[in-house]
Amino acid sequence: MAAFKETKLPADAPAAQKALGWVDDRFPLTKLWNDQWGKYYAPKNFNFWYIFGSLAMLVLVLQIVTGIFLTMHYKPDATLAFASVEYIMREVPSGWLVRYMHSTGASAFFIIIYLHMTRALLYGSYRKPRELIWLFGFAIFLCLMAEAFFGYLLPWGQMSYWGAQVIVNLFGAIPLIGPDLSLWIRGDYVVSDATLNRFFAFHVIAIPLVLLGLVAAHLIALHEIGSSNPDGIEVKENLGPDGHPLDSIPSHPYYTVHDLFGVSVFLLIFSCVVFFAPEMGGYFLEYNNFLPGDSLKTPLHIAPTWYFTPFYSVLRATTADFMWVLMCFVAAYTVFIWLKSRLARITKIIIAVVALLAIVGMLPQVLDAKFWGVVFFGGSVVILAFMPWLDHSPVKSIRYRPNWHKYVYAVFFISFLVLGVLGTLPPTEGRTIISQVCTLLYFSFFLFMPWWSTMGTFKKVPDRVVFHPH
Amino acid sequence: MGNEKIDSGRRGLLVATGAAGGVVGLATAGALVSTFQPSERAKAAGAPVEVDIAALNPGEMITVEWRGKPVWVLKRTPEMVASLKKTDGKVADAESKRNPDEFTPEYARNEWRSRKPDILVAVGICTHLGCSPSSKFQPGPQPSLPDDWEGGFLCPCHGSTFDMAGRVFKNKPAPDNLQVPRYMFLTDTKLVIGKDEKGEA
Repeated sequence: MAAFKETKLPADAPAAQKALGWVDDRFPLTKLWNDQWGKYYAPKNFNFWYIFGSLAMLVLVLQIVTGIFLTMHYKPDATLAFASVEYIMREVPSGWLVRYMHSTGASAFFIIIYLHMTRALLYGSYRKPRELIWLFGFAIFLCLMAEAFFGYLLPWGQMSYWGAQVIVNLFGAIPLIGPDLSLWIRGDYVVSDATLNRFFAFHVIAIPLVLLGLVAAHLIALHEIGSSNPDGIEVKENLGPDGHPLDSIPSHPYYTVHDLFGVSVFLLIFSCVVFFAPEMGGYFLEYNNFLPGDSLKTPLHIAPTWYFTPFYSVLRATTADFMWVLMCFVAAYTVFIWLKSRLARITKIIIAVVALLAIVGMLPQVLDAKFWGVVFFGGSVVILAFMPWLDHSPVKSIRYRPNWHKYVYAVFFISFLVLGVLGTLPPTEGRTIISQVCTLLYFSFFLFMPWWSTMGTFKKVPDRVVFHPH
Repeated sequence: MGNEKIDSGRRGLLVATGAAGGVVGLATAGALVSTFQPSERAKAAGAPVEVDIAALNPGEMITVEWRGKPVWVLKRTPEMVASLKKTDGKVADAESKRNPDEFTPEYARNEWRSRKPDILVAVGICTHLGCSPSSKFQPGPQPSLPDDWEGGFLCPCHGSTFDMAGRVFKNKPAPDNLQVPRYMFLTDTKLVIGKDEKGEA
């Protein structure tokens, strides 16, 4: 470390410059700004898909700020919670606005994150060397789901109560420790005041702290490696005389203005929802949640909020009959790996043993369909984390993949959406079969990716990004 | 570093200090984890409840709260009791043989799953994920139910169906029949839930 050195500025320098110099000598303020944004060079060919990272940041701030003000009026007590939310809605000046901003913000957050992840899928943003950026992002997604789930109990409405009851009981499906585990999570034999209090603590302090740390890690990793772009080209391979990539521009002012425009469009839509349709037809705030939680009566139709429904459909699709199909699927997939993959023999043997155990476990006499439903429900989320290692395509961006890959993506996105829609509807026999087909398609997309992603004729990736100035 | 000679005395002290610190850390984590368990107050709230069924007419059901859970007391009509014969072949576990200790006390391990054939006492919580099924006592075809419906219960969450004795139908998400709590009759029209001759549940 060099000895402390005071920055020397002329005596007539502006006071602000002197103050900044004084701070910079003691804390790397200017350096941080330049590294993280001011002189962070990003590819110049970003399209609208690249707006969602900044928007997610904006919504995170919005959720934290509105959340702080809601906490000032909310009471985390099973006998008072419902009334305190109604108090916020009716008697706290502008309380309704803050609450609707918070509840709409939750759904907006998921819309933005799903689009942000779609961008990553389309342009291969998770590919080497950005695996950790993807994993941090995945952890953020998990935290967001936990945050949304814990937060949803707080109004203590019927859907809050029964939604929490169902999800906590999911843990009860784990063999041996399950029932004790769900008792431990609830802190009581049913969802009760103890549950509400701990969910409140998680929602307002524990998860947000973890979330902020993960967001910092996500951004530090991104700004270390540099952003990808719609062409999936590493811009750092073409440096200009100034040492910066030829195809990049500094984030400030270029992407500052670009993002501010995106923010304006977003806030316009967001405000329309907050002011004109805060319940969004029962999708953002479910009607049954305007009834106080009643431990003796389940609402006639229970569905989680829309952002959980694709995964929830996977849970519901796992019926006892469907287990036979899944057993065949696991067996077929293992045979496929033995025939087609170039994995080491020992890895193949391990896979075969695990698959055999799973098939035995899927027999109705061994483990219930209920347990496997929970496994596939969790698996449908966790499998996303493996994307960087499942995708073996020689190009990153969908632009240079064979055309038929676009249909594979289309089938995947459609199955995800169909699962989402079915999750909001009451189950019928026909719908269950459709959700089972979509569940198989959803998992096949990932499990067969190491093969299909390398097949076909790939287009030539250009050396420099495709960019048409306007 | 690397080539320097390791002072084994100091290394030993370092390992011991690290281990002691680890034990303190684990103990603290253990204390925090244990705060998640049900409190003494929550445990004490599980006392048995008494129910008077003198005013209950055949075909009627009342719901009482026991340990925060809904417990149904249903007085079955003779037709309802007769329907259990017809559902014997369609339910997954007609004789309540699966996990009997958890779900069915000895005196309820029969076709009607109760002490008296007409009075059903069951915890109204689906064994799938804990929703409370709704009553569908009207036989015959209706939405969400099969056309040969004999009357029973339908769970709104994931569509599990139960017959008039709380026995789950085959190939439904719920693995077990509805739980029959320990209960006993104090008089002909008075029963206590959460307690029987063997003591409290």
